[in-house]
Amino acid sequence: MAETLTYREACRAAIREAILADPRVFLMGEDVGRYGGCYAVTKGLIDELGEARIRDTPLSESAFVGAGIGAALAGMRPIVEVMTVNFSLLALDQIVNNAATLAHMSGGQFAVPLVIRMATGAGKQLAAQHSHSLEGWYAHVPGLRVLAPATVEDARYMLAAALADPNPVLIFEHVMLYNASGELDPAVDAVDIGQAKIRRAGRDVTLVTYGGSLPKTLVAAEQLAAEGIEAEVIDLRVLRPLDLPTLAGSVARTHRCVIVDEGWKTGSLSAEIAASLVETVFYELDAPIARVCAQEVPIPYAAHLEQAALPQPATIAAAARGLVRPAS
Amino acid sequence: MTTSKLHLDHDHLLHLLREMLRIRLFERKCAELYQREKIRGFLHLYDGEEAIAVGIMQALEPHDAIIATYREHGQALARGVSMERIMAELYGHVEGLCRGRGGSMHLFDRAHRFLGGNAIVGGGLPLAIGTALGDQMQGRDSISVCFFGEGAVDEGEFHESLNLAALWRLPVLFVCENNLYSMGMALERAESNIDIHERAASYGMPSEVVDGMDVVAVELAARRAVAAVRGGKGPYFLECRGYRFRAHSMFDAQLYRDKAEVEQWKAKGPIVRLRKWLEDSHVVVDDEIERLEAEIEAEIGAAVDFAEAGTPEAVAELARFVTLDAVPE
Repeated sequence: MAETLTYREACRAAIREAILADPRVFLMGEDVGRYGGCYAVTKGLIDELGEARIRDTPLSESAFVGAGIGAALAGMRPIVEVMTVNFSLLALDQIVNNAATLAHMSGGQFAVPLVIRMATGAGKQLAAQHSHSLEGWYAHVPGLRVLAPATVEDARYMLAAALADPNPVLIFEHVMLYNASGELDPAVDAVDIGQAKIRRAGRDVTLVTYGGSLPKTLVAAEQLAAEGIEAEVIDLRVLRPLDLPTLAGSVARTHRCVIVDEGWKTGSLSAEIAASLVETVFYELDAPIARVCAQEVPIPYAAHLEQAALPQPATIAAAARGLVRPAS
Repeated sequence: MTTSKLHLDHDHLLHLLREMLRIRLFERKCAELYQREKIRGFLHLYDGEEAIAVGIMQALEPHDAIIATYREHGQALARGVSMERIMAELYGHVEGLCRGRGGSMHLFDRAHRFLGGNAIVGGGLPLAIGTALGDQMQGRDSISVCFFGEGAVDEGEFHESLNLAALWRLPVLFVCENNLYSMGMALERAESNIDIHERAASYGMPSEVVDGMDVVAVELAARRAVAAVRGGKGPYFLECRGYRFRAHSMFDAQLYRDKAEVEQWKAKGPIVRLRKWLEDSHVVVDDEIERLEAEIEAEIGAAVDFAEAGTPEAVAELARFVTLDAVPE
């Protein structure tokens, strides 16, 4: 029997399993314990696993992220939760100057086997200091692996793979996915953290996306199918290192590509993907690469403005349509 | 086993002098090699502050973790890190501690649990919280020692880290090397309260001021502090007051302080002070110190020879270690 659960429950099950499986694993962050997690991911875990391993921290992102790095250096396998990617900027020094550099800077003497989880993305009317999609910034940095689980299966199994990685791994959980539910295939008990995945096969256009934009892109693909356009939807899953062979292979088949990213367009992950595809499969392209990204504004509070700032199924479908059936 | 007791016998005092002289003469050689362009990049020398690194290290065990700053040649040498491999690192050679990837500001040595040279002021404090937490959670008897300058106390990391250390009663010894200048910014121009130890005390941890020019005083304070920290009493803070004799780095013209001020401090420096005391009280005899210096010069000469004979890392290896295939054990 396939088990049905929410993305939030999948994240919780993954954390619980990891802590029970390995005495070196613990979780720390703001309100992960008694409060149960800002997005209720860790609800109830402190009662079962105790305060030492579901560790509430004061509001000090730099210190507790840095403490995660130090604990990893001392042989632990910490999971650090940062409430949102906006708050992670308070720990940017620790992530970029320490976690990402220590292995190389020490000539391979020290590894940082640390996992940092955080929420990302807009859609809950939380305005400009809780809603941004800055994961692309982290994908810029050598030494980090950056994951964006978009499905219940990835939410359930990416954590274990991240903990097994000897290097620092960042996991971005989109806030609009926590309530999404899905089935777990009983035959699957692990996932890779290296490859993109084709979520929907199609021959006419490749739609590249990740995280919270995946459901929207799949909706767009259904709309396009009704019009006779078969879109291939690729879920990046891993934002760094990018799985270029899967992307290039798809574009070589469809000859058209739309990149959907909730991050801003300027200097972005979508720009990196477009540039990489131009470098590798330029001569396969029958149309310019299109991008559907967040508008270049701080994400606003009012619902209609917020939604207007974000990629939507209609705008994604329109971009794809424009490539496949350009207006003559 | 180190103990909290200090034995001020001839051998130990001479050992303290030797360790301070090793640092002083090593740094002198580094300055010379910088002028000869053998060493490049930023180079921050430790002259004047030797008593702090040497005094603290006397109280530590091999399994303790050390986190230092970009001015860390002294801590590395006093910890027992190979002088040859430090020098080779300064040359940017593959025989260096970090195979030429770290340089002067980022010396790492796994064998001595020396976790770097951190060049972001205040950036090492959270790491020390983490190593202490990791050791505590694994039931180890180890402590973490974090060196930082007085400039770090203005960074948020200082306050975040002291709070966490005290809150979780972590085995951390905080060593503030107060040399009165954060680069060119004088203490009294930067601090609303120049008594830094008082800030630490406000987090509910024992906090002391130590004469950082007196190696015996530093060692005594360190032994007292380490005994408390290792005994499970939580973190401890030492504000070691000293002075940096040389420029902040090799690019610093020192426009912010008088030469006379520097000379005044040099006259009461940690090495002249211990040396004079040893001579006046006849603890050392004849040419004992001269022989010591000759031995150290020979060690430095060998380190330079080792570095000179070293090889640049192959450019093909540039991206090696950006990520690792396994956690080094």
